[in-house]
Amino acid sequence: MIPERTCDPAAERRAQVEDELRVRLIAGMAGDGVAYRGFLDRLASYLRAYLRRRLPRALEDVEDILQDTLLAVHNARHTYRAGEPVTAWIHAIARYKLVDFFRAHARREALHDPIGDDDLFVASDDEPADARRDVGHLLQMLPDRHRLPIQLVKLQGLTVAEAAARSGLSESAIKVGIHRGLKALAARIRGGA
Amino acid sequence: MKTDDLVALLAREPSPAPARREARRRFVLGLASGTAASTALMFVLLGVRPDLSTVIHDPAFWVRLALPSAVAVVALLVSLRLSRPAARIGTPRWFALGLPFLLAWMLAAIVLGGAEAAQRGALVLGHTWKVCSVLITLLSLPSIVAVFWGIRGMAPVRLRLAGAVAGLLAGAIAAMGYCFHCPEMAPPFWAIWYVVGMLVAAGIGALAGPRWLRW
Repeated sequence: MIPERTCDPAAERRAQVEDELRVRLIAGMAGDGVAYRGFLDRLASYLRAYLRRRLPRALEDVEDILQDTLLAVHNARHTYRAGEPVTAWIHAIARYKLVDFFRAHARREALHDPIGDDDLFVASDDEPADARRDVGHLLQMLPDRHRLPIQLVKLQGLTVAEAAARSGLSESAIKVGIHRGLKALAARIRGGA
Repeated sequence: MKTDDLVALLAREPSPAPARREARRRFVLGLASGTAASTALMFVLLGVRPDLSTVIHDPAFWVRLALPSAVAVVALLVSLRLSRPAARIGTPRWFALGLPFLLAWMLAAIVLGGAEAAQRGALVLGHTWKVCSVLITLLSLPSIVAVFWGIRGMAPVRLRLAGAVAGLLAGAIAAMGYCFHCPEMAPPFWAIWYVVGMLVAAGIGALAGPRWLRW
């Protein structure tokens, strides 16, 4: 007898995506940067395919919303609990960011139907288009206390200890500075939307 | 910046530990400062009732205080869940949120049922029905701001609902403080006017949610 779960390919695929993402997210949150990078890469592919299907008349906005959503998932990752389905958690954030975009562009997208095909994880798309908004440019506009920790640790690849030694800040100030800086970056993105 | 570069940038900080600590601290701080501010406003604006030292021996005082206290506890739990994407509230929790109101109304109905017809109006209106709800809503305002600030450290996705429950929490905190001022002890009075005050606070939260909780 065939086990019941193979009867539904969609459900099996969902379970597979769930495992794929959860393993990497949990390893990433435990400090494994490579696993976390894999999580974000896969997530970006699913999100890109999802957004391109949902926004056929606003394809030029897809990469911007994608970056906004990735940053949102990253900034909200402390709200994920290990026992919960990670796909449901991500889906809630992605839908929230998409509805937020619809609201901000209510007139232009008035005809778009936000209900309908809403399965985030059916396809993935690794071909990025150009983002219209430059997140790197927005980063430059942040105040020093937010910008410096991000630049030292995230862009120059220093460890937190090295960044602390170089900037004269404490290690916890660097960590909190990165955390707050990325939140400030998300706020800049929102402000310019 | 290309999406790949953004991913690389984010991947350099995998651990959420500082964010988790900060969010927890922020929520506790928001709740504590909101409670402190609403209570302080009650002291300064209204003052505690002069017979408080004797009335605290009256069980009716504690029964009245139990309504906003129970609402505050459940609203706090629901609010914490609404602050996380995809966390389900579930029917038992919504029922638990409604239960204090139901019990208060049942108690009020029993008291009204046992009273003489001529007294019922006085039991419902007391001496202060015109100001009671307004004052509770007024006391809730600093709590609304503080609780919203605490929730902003998390990631609510149903902003109107999260705002409404946060407003209800703030209203319940305000009503708890108001119990120490309010001279009315009849259950029909507080089962109506306290509830109206808390619900107006919830309404303010529902209006403010989509704007203030956006992230």
